[in-house]
Amino acid sequence: MKVEPATSPLLALLAGFISELRAAGLPVSLTENLDAMEAIQHIPIEDRDAFKYALAATLVKNHAHWRAFETVFEVYFSLRGAEYDLIDGEWPEGMDLSDFVDGMDGQQRRQGGGGGEAMSAEQLAEMLFQALMRGDDALMRAIARQAVQRYAGMEPGRPVGGTYYLYRTLRNLDLDGVLERLMDQARQDAPGDLTPLEERLERDEFEARVDQLRKEVEAEIRRRLVADRGVEAMAKTLRKPLPEDVDFMHASREEMMALRRAIYPLTRKLAVRLARKRRHGRKGPLDFRNTMRHSLSYGGVPAEPKFRYPRPAKPEIMVVADVSGSVAAFARFTLHLVYAISNQFSKVRSFVFIDGLDEVTSFFEGVDDIGEAVHRVNAEADVVWVDGHSDYGHAFEVFWERYGKDVGPKTTVMILGDARNNYHASQAWILKEIEHRARKVFWLNPEPGAYWDTGDSIVSEYGVHCDGVFEVRNLRQLEGFVENLV
Amino acid sequence: MSFSFADVDSVRKGLGDVQYLADEGIAGVVYLAERLQKPVLVEGPAGTGKTQLAKSVAEATGARLIRLQCYEGIDESKALYEWNYKKQLLRIQAERQGEDPEGEGMWQQIEDDLFSEEFLLTRPLLEAIRAAEPVVLLIDEVDRVEIETEALLLEILSDYQVSIPELGTVAASQIPLVFLTSNNTRELSEALKRRCLFLHIDYPDLDREKEIVLAKVPGVGESLADQVARIVRSVRQIELKKAPSVSETLDWARTLVLLGVEHVDADTAAETVNILLKYRSDIEKALKEFASSDEEFAAPVASS
Repeated sequence: MKVEPATSPLLALLAGFISELRAAGLPVSLTENLDAMEAIQHIPIEDRDAFKYALAATLVKNHAHWRAFETVFEVYFSLRGAEYDLIDGEWPEGMDLSDFVDGMDGQQRRQGGGGGEAMSAEQLAEMLFQALMRGDDALMRAIARQAVQRYAGMEPGRPVGGTYYLYRTLRNLDLDGVLERLMDQARQDAPGDLTPLEERLERDEFEARVDQLRKEVEAEIRRRLVADRGVEAMAKTLRKPLPEDVDFMHASREEMMALRRAIYPLTRKLAVRLARKRRHGRKGPLDFRNTMRHSLSYGGVPAEPKFRYPRPAKPEIMVVADVSGSVAAFARFTLHLVYAISNQFSKVRSFVFIDGLDEVTSFFEGVDDIGEAVHRVNAEADVVWVDGHSDYGHAFEVFWERYGKDVGPKTTVMILGDARNNYHASQAWILKEIEHRARKVFWLNPEPGAYWDTGDSIVSEYGVHCDGVFEVRNLRQLEGFVENLV
Repeated sequence: MSFSFADVDSVRKGLGDVQYLADEGIAGVVYLAERLQKPVLVEGPAGTGKTQLAKSVAEATGARLIRLQCYEGIDESKALYEWNYKKQLLRIQAERQGEDPEGEGMWQQIEDDLFSEEFLLTRPLLEAIRAAEPVVLLIDEVDRVEIETEALLLEILSDYQVSIPELGTVAASQIPLVFLTSNNTRELSEALKRRCLFLHIDYPDLDREKEIVLAKVPGVGESLADQVARIVRSVRQIELKKAPSVSETLDWARTLVLLGVEHVDADTAAETVNILLKYRSDIEKALKEFASSDEEFAAPVASS
């Protein structure tokens, strides 16, 4: 089945789409670009899903980039399907409302189907409830449109982000309340009492449906914004960093969740790679004894030379992490990563501080859930000395006093923090002492390099005594650093 | 060139006939792979049917499945071809016994004979190229080979040919459908990715999983399948070390059928959960989650 060649407006649109993907950080090569062009010739253009998968299969080669792709796709190809023509919030034809409002009181029942404008807020809420109860996708989509039309208060040209409209719409829909109502209804419908398991299953089901509604609302808002502002502008405002580029210090809650999900596969990947590197190290010098022994089977001819494999010493790691509010997330991820590959080190000890300092190594011993241990560190470690504001100087003093003797020539010390010392004494001499004794001292700073030494940041005062100060703002940089550490 | 599939829907149907329930994305990519004559790189969590996809496509199209299982340290002689040197030695010996070689011309003759197809041992990749009948080539767990070895695959993936120095280039007589699977333990090289269509197979959604259970587990009832799918979905939402895969779901459903369970309650679930989850800590976590009282669930919906 040969579809007629793609017309030039489509090509132009696709070119814009691809350059936006590149701008969003996805590596799209020229070959992939051509593949995409070819791929869409083989699928019916009116089938939006097939179109999307064709583009995805040719352009997105990393699953972590899927979300970014989806967002750009929604923006670029949002208004281009017959079913999405409902800009004015008309009620889809042939959808008879009276079917759905059976559950309402007599006087509230609408007089026949037709435009949704005339509906009252209660009716909309009731319909929402019914739609969620039945899991009726078409109705849910229609309600999402209605709700945006009614509650978002979108004005053309108004320079507010989509989140504002989303918030307004969702607040009026009161989804939490609806969820509770759904659960009540489920409890009533059940023959007996719901067991915890059943309760849980029901709730998961309804949450999934509510989530879908939320997505419909988001999509609707996006469609309207695109119509108002144009594709390019919209794509630009929606552009979000890829998970590996998200800044630790400014991650939103949602991004944090994405990061936490991303760190598991990352650590596993890193562990496999490092183990491999160790096994497949370069060949060393000739192992004479071993060669002679093997030569016996060849009648004394050393036919099979044997080499000594280098066994690089495993470093001993001490992690000293600032866990005060601003950099806590960064410390958490770094600890997570270091412990996930702890078999690459002969020993890992970790310390956390704010203005006091506490050893937390024991939290990680014998647990197989690192996330849990990191959580315990946050909850239980005794890190506050006076007021709970970072005091690097005092923390280092405590470290030196209590654990300084444990720092030896095999030890690599990693210090995590932004070096914002709240104008306390720096006590940089301690770092100098540590540097003398330790194998290496590294400082990882989650702040962008441009902010170093501004305000109360004294990173270079400490930095002169370190073997390296690194900017580690995102997972990509963190992964790179940890890999080089081993 | 004739195609086995007329459109995306017929891919779905074809795969459905051999008990592989493909969703829109999977069917679409398989269809495109055939049309564009490009390999498919299939990625996703373990046990979601990546390998099965290749097998099922082979079954649906009636093609022969040739499988190359990748492992660390795989090399040319295991993946592409090898000279059968024992046979070559025999040949030389036989030649000697017959008559004394009379100078250069004779030796040339033998050499040409030695490096002919007669003495070539084909390995999966070359075999897939040389096959006359339609072939599905499955390169399993490609992320296990070292990044240097990946280069072995590039020629075959982009041009469907293999260059053998002594013989010249062997081009494919028919274009095989190629599937590469990866568990994503490392980043594959750009060069490899560029040559492939990318397909991520995730855990199936509720309806699809239920259909899979219904199709694959004999004797399972509609309501049991529904319950199994629901419980598995809920279990996957907990943060676990290893979320249950589709194959584990199927194992669990089979066990329930064998035990004669028609309705899963909390006790049955607790007794059989070790089939679904493999880590001690995961099992404990799941049991804790599902046994706790209503209040804990009354937390507001995560505003994600």
